[in-house]
Amino acid sequence: MLNDLDISAIIVTIKLASLSTAILILIGTPLAWWLSQTRIKFKVIIEAFIALPLILPPTVLGFYLLLTLGPNGPIGEFLESLGGSSIAFTFSGLVVGSVIYSLPFVVQPLQNSFSSVGRQSMEVAATLGASKIDCFFTVAVPLARSGFITAAVLGFAHTIGEFGVVLMIGGNIPGETGVLSIAIYDHVETMEYGKAHWLSAGLLIMSFLMLIFVYVFNRHFSIMRYKD
Amino acid sequence: MIECKLNIQLEGFKLDAKFTIPDKGITVVFGPSGSGKTTLLRAIAGLEKSDTGFLKVGDSIWQSDHNFVPTHKRQIGYVFQDAALFDHLNVEGNLNYVIKRKTGLTKEFIDSIYTLLDIKPLINRSTVQLSGGEKQRVAIARALLTNPKILLLDEPLSALDIKRKKEILPYLDSLHNQLDIPILYVTHSQDETSRLADHLMLIEDGKIIGNGPINEILTRFDLPLSHSSDAISIFDARVMSRDTDFNLMHLEFKGGQFIVPDNKLPIESLVRIRVAARDVSITKKKQTDTSILNIFPAVVEEMVPEGDAQVMVRLTLKGVVLLACLTRKSAYSLKLDQGLSVFIQVKSVAILS
Repeated sequence: MLNDLDISAIIVTIKLASLSTAILILIGTPLAWWLSQTRIKFKVIIEAFIALPLILPPTVLGFYLLLTLGPNGPIGEFLESLGGSSIAFTFSGLVVGSVIYSLPFVVQPLQNSFSSVGRQSMEVAATLGASKIDCFFTVAVPLARSGFITAAVLGFAHTIGEFGVVLMIGGNIPGETGVLSIAIYDHVETMEYGKAHWLSAGLLIMSFLMLIFVYVFNRHFSIMRYKD
Repeated sequence: MIECKLNIQLEGFKLDAKFTIPDKGITVVFGPSGSGKTTLLRAIAGLEKSDTGFLKVGDSIWQSDHNFVPTHKRQIGYVFQDAALFDHLNVEGNLNYVIKRKTGLTKEFIDSIYTLLDIKPLINRSTVQLSGGEKQRVAIARALLTNPKILLLDEPLSALDIKRKKEILPYLDSLHNQLDIPILYVTHSQDETSRLADHLMLIEDGKIIGNGPINEILTRFDLPLSHSSDAISIFDARVMSRDTDFNLMHLEFKGGQFIVPDNKLPIESLVRIRVAARDVSITKKKQTDTSILNIFPAVVEEMVPEGDAQVMVRLTLKGVVLLACLTRKSAYSLKLDQGLSVFIQVKSVAILS
């Protein structure tokens, strides 16, 4: 069935997806809020930039990340000048790559649900004595909760499924950067179809269950928020 | 007193609001759609920002040249057109949203507001289970819990059908009678205006064209309301006595006594009377052989032609101002002129409260 490498790949993958999702929600929330409220002219450029990983071949993204994060890249050099080391081929590097790669999957649902919260609810809260930050946490966030669920699930699932980026900047180091999608690829390479099946079917079922959860949850809230 | 001098520039629209209104009673802001009524309320609430200007409500200055108090620091109660309750909270949650943020609200104060709007039966309901009228009641209660210095109501009845309107109007009457704070009430409904307004502010294309006690604004010839085909006069009266033989009641007002069908209002209750200009006719001598019960001596104050065939006449009877709409022919044959003493016959009277 599963060997030690597979187990470690599962652990690394879940660790990576959880950490990336947490970081994505932290970065994506203010970014999505800002995008939903701002009327600045170059907003489309920022939106297009965030959406880039949706259509860019992951290997292209991985390649540029490798150049940037590697020992000779600007970020790699910066980290080394601080006495650290380049984060290419490390777990941290994978997290950075995953965050960038999954950003649109988190920002877009959040931005959509923040937009549908609308200006009026925020204005009502202001007339009731709530400051801007208070309005945000007590009105915008609860009203956008379905967006948060969608964003978190999509961000998590998408991070689990990435292949090209992790291959380029991870290097498949067991226990460190060896993730599930690469483990499956390795099994197929060595003709271990049975093992590939275990992992693949597991991912398939899990993805399906997560999507069912998103749909059920959002339907539940669209009923809760039904307006006559 | 509320002093306002605000300029708001929006895309394709400019509001120039300079006025003072008294700090008691309902001031209705009346005007056609797109005239800037809502923008005016939003400006007072601080939801629209004007770069310079002055706004003082009671003893609080909310805007003076460089000092703009943000909305959440203004003590206002704002009721939006569609109630705008928070759907993620139930009725109690909506009300607690304010209670949590205001310090020093006494239980008596909260209870008095719940009683005023009859909130108790609704408190555990979800907002989606409420009717339009119930939503507005909760929204008004929520706005009042802020212990506001001014209550702003933006067309609170416009989204409701007639049945729901009737349901909520008594609550608005009790706000009117029991609240000590000024209320600014935006509407384009003549019915709501004549029933609720103590003061009337007319707004057109972003400009305040008239502002004063309701009957003054209704009857001034330099303002549009006195020229419409449904021009009216409004004044207050008191139920004085009843005539049980004929089932009538006598209403006393400054200019005399109206006799109207008894509608069972208790003696001494205050009522508001509406007289349509087209229900008032003028005679030179007091008619005695007429079916009309309400005849008063009056003096012609001013008259203007209304279209080709009619004239609008403004009369005073012991200080009460009233409009009469006549044909030009009648005015000619009666030789009506300013200062002439005449008798007016009022064919019908509407009691508004």
